[in-house]
Amino acid sequence: MLEIKDLHATIEGKEILRGINLTVNAGEVHAIMGPNGSGKSTLSAVLTGHPAYTVTQGTVTLDGRDLLALSPEDRAHEGLFLSFQYPVEIPGVSMVNFMRAALNEKRKYHGQEPLNAAQFLKLMREKRAIVELDNKLASRAVNEGFSGGEKKRNEIFQMAMLEPRLSILDETDSGLDIDALRVVASGVNKLKSQENATIVITHYQRLLDYIKPDLVHVLYKGRIVRTGGPELALELEEKGYDWIKEEFEG
Amino acid sequence: MSENLNDNNKKKADEQDFLRQAADEEYQYGFVTDIDTHVIPKGLNEDVVRQISRLKGEPEWLLDFRLKAFRHWLTLEQPAWGHVNLAPIDYQDISYYAAPRQNNPAGKEIDPEMKRTFDKLGIPLEEQMRLSGMAVDAIMDSVSVRTTYRERLAELGVIFCSISEAVKDYPDLVKRYLGSVVPYTDNFFAALNSAVFSDGSFVYIPKGVRCPMELSSYFRINAAQTGQFERTLIVADDDSYVSYLEGCTAPQRDENQLHAAIVEIVVETRAEVKYSTVQNWYPGDKMGRGGIYNLVTKRGLCRGDHSKLSWTQVETGSAITWKYPSCVLKGDYSTGEFYSVALTRNRQMADTGTKMIHLGHHTSSTIVSKGISAGESENSYRGMVKVVQKAHHCRNYTQCDSLLLSPTSGAHTFPVIEVHNDTSVVEHEATTSKINEDQIFYCNQRGISTEDAVGLIVNGYAKDVMSKLPMEFAVEAQKLLSLSLEGAVG
Repeated sequence: MLEIKDLHATIEGKEILRGINLTVNAGEVHAIMGPNGSGKSTLSAVLTGHPAYTVTQGTVTLDGRDLLALSPEDRAHEGLFLSFQYPVEIPGVSMVNFMRAALNEKRKYHGQEPLNAAQFLKLMREKRAIVELDNKLASRAVNEGFSGGEKKRNEIFQMAMLEPRLSILDETDSGLDIDALRVVASGVNKLKSQENATIVITHYQRLLDYIKPDLVHVLYKGRIVRTGGPELALELEEKGYDWIKEEFEG
Repeated sequence: MSENLNDNNKKKADEQDFLRQAADEEYQYGFVTDIDTHVIPKGLNEDVVRQISRLKGEPEWLLDFRLKAFRHWLTLEQPAWGHVNLAPIDYQDISYYAAPRQNNPAGKEIDPEMKRTFDKLGIPLEEQMRLSGMAVDAIMDSVSVRTTYRERLAELGVIFCSISEAVKDYPDLVKRYLGSVVPYTDNFFAALNSAVFSDGSFVYIPKGVRCPMELSSYFRINAAQTGQFERTLIVADDDSYVSYLEGCTAPQRDENQLHAAIVEIVVETRAEVKYSTVQNWYPGDKMGRGGIYNLVTKRGLCRGDHSKLSWTQVETGSAITWKYPSCVLKGDYSTGEFYSVALTRNRQMADTGTKMIHLGHHTSSTIVSKGISAGESENSYRGMVKVVQKAHHCRNYTQCDSLLLSPTSGAHTFPVIEVHNDTSVVEHEATTSKINEDQIFYCNQRGISTEDAVGLIVNGYAKDVMSKLPMEFAVEAQKLLSLSLEGAVG
């Protein structure tokens, strides 16, 4: 589904990604771990087309389509979704209007009729239940005055609404207490299918207790330096990242 | 691979380009109606004032009023205190009266060309076409073309007609209230308007009547090299209510055209008036050529106790706007409100705000002003909150926000607060922000284009004001705001 080959990217002339290779197949969950500053969040920003980053080398395809040639919104329409580490607030714009614009833009892209208000509200009600987001939050302005946990739940709610092919969860566990973590993880698990795939970016192994990865990758200095099964995450939890650093510095 | 990079860079360049581009979006209402118009020669003197009065068949007292105003105007100078670049206007180079000649002026039929014009503007002049039940007074250049639903309103005693007709049909009311809120001595443009005003709307809501439909005036400038000097007078008698809407457009021309209006509102005991404006005069082109000078005096007097006046304005048009819809809170426990969204782009300049003058005790006022500046425009809030000594226990809350969409635009605030007693509470909050790239990217990631994202974000920012508009108007205003923003971020 997702094919990343020798991806290099810079921000303000500084190279952050230095040759990423990664293949993600439908039905898989991949975890990307690594110490601070290793390029985890950059990877998600580059894949989704954040304008601050420049790709200097490499290719990325999603279902065979050249992802890097698409605008950020078209990448979204093609089924790429990012659950932001820090979801922004958009004061005065209701979640309902925001989601309706997003969903209908996607439908338009795929040549489908927009949903009418009744259909849309019904869909919203169904999807809200997945992350136990209450109606009050759904009718408020986008993320405005939401707690940390509510913001993350709201991200997964949007993921449920847009039904992406590939979701990237960027540090979704940060700032969550254990109950919120459980709700968010269970939402992600409910949305998992043989048709879609998930990349979980995390610093800690804690989240992986709830969202079981098929493969775990360690990112260090802009490269994937190690790939293994779920046990790799446990090993990192126990030993930290220093041994990786030493291995690759030395 | 290198193709990818090029594509990516090109896309980024395109995006930058798009962001920098200052609104190439065509002004939708820039057309001219080809209609035979009686335009008096350019120039302004006492004879012209007499001629206007004669053309309108006015009584002596009104001519006197005009002449006094004119003589006073001669003693004044064009004000220069606004934060706008208003060059001295050559008042002799303007024609002060332009009347479209209707094929059948006496009959009920509207000239078909005129009807087409208003249809094109979305203002149907046939009552049956307007299902929503909104009465319209349509004014082109110096004359009122038609007022709809008059008979139905008359059954309730509501008077809704052009001010010219009101002078003939209700001289006592007009005489009593004209100039009572904005005297001709008020300011330069008010004096000019009082001397040469042509048409506008007159509204009288009798005691205890809640006007069952929205009343609206639609102002259209059509003729070239003319000024429009509209005059609107609204009187809400005791325990009455009316919601009044005003819209305006003008053709696209390279020259500037002057629009110097006066709106006076009198609100009696326990009465309430809501006045909403969506101002979309031609703003000039990208380089700042042409556009309307919108120099307007709007003021309401809350004369009775417990009266209430609410101004809501969405300002997107005009090359220069100079306008301060104000409330004089004379009645005890009276309330004044001002909700404003002013969007400027390209080279537009807006200096707008309000005055809340607290004369009665326990009076309260609310000001919410949202400025949005794009391109190389200048957007200023100018406001005054004054509480006189004997007006005890007054309250004011002011919130004054500016949103900058481009680094080359300006946002300014000039608030004046004068409180002459210590039982009153006045609060002022102000913020300035830039449009946030993270917000735009967040929208992009959800599949919403940058253009649509800016529209969403700005409408969200303006929501506190938009929500005060009557439903139908709000939808139109939202579209207008989004449309005006196309390509305006940089």
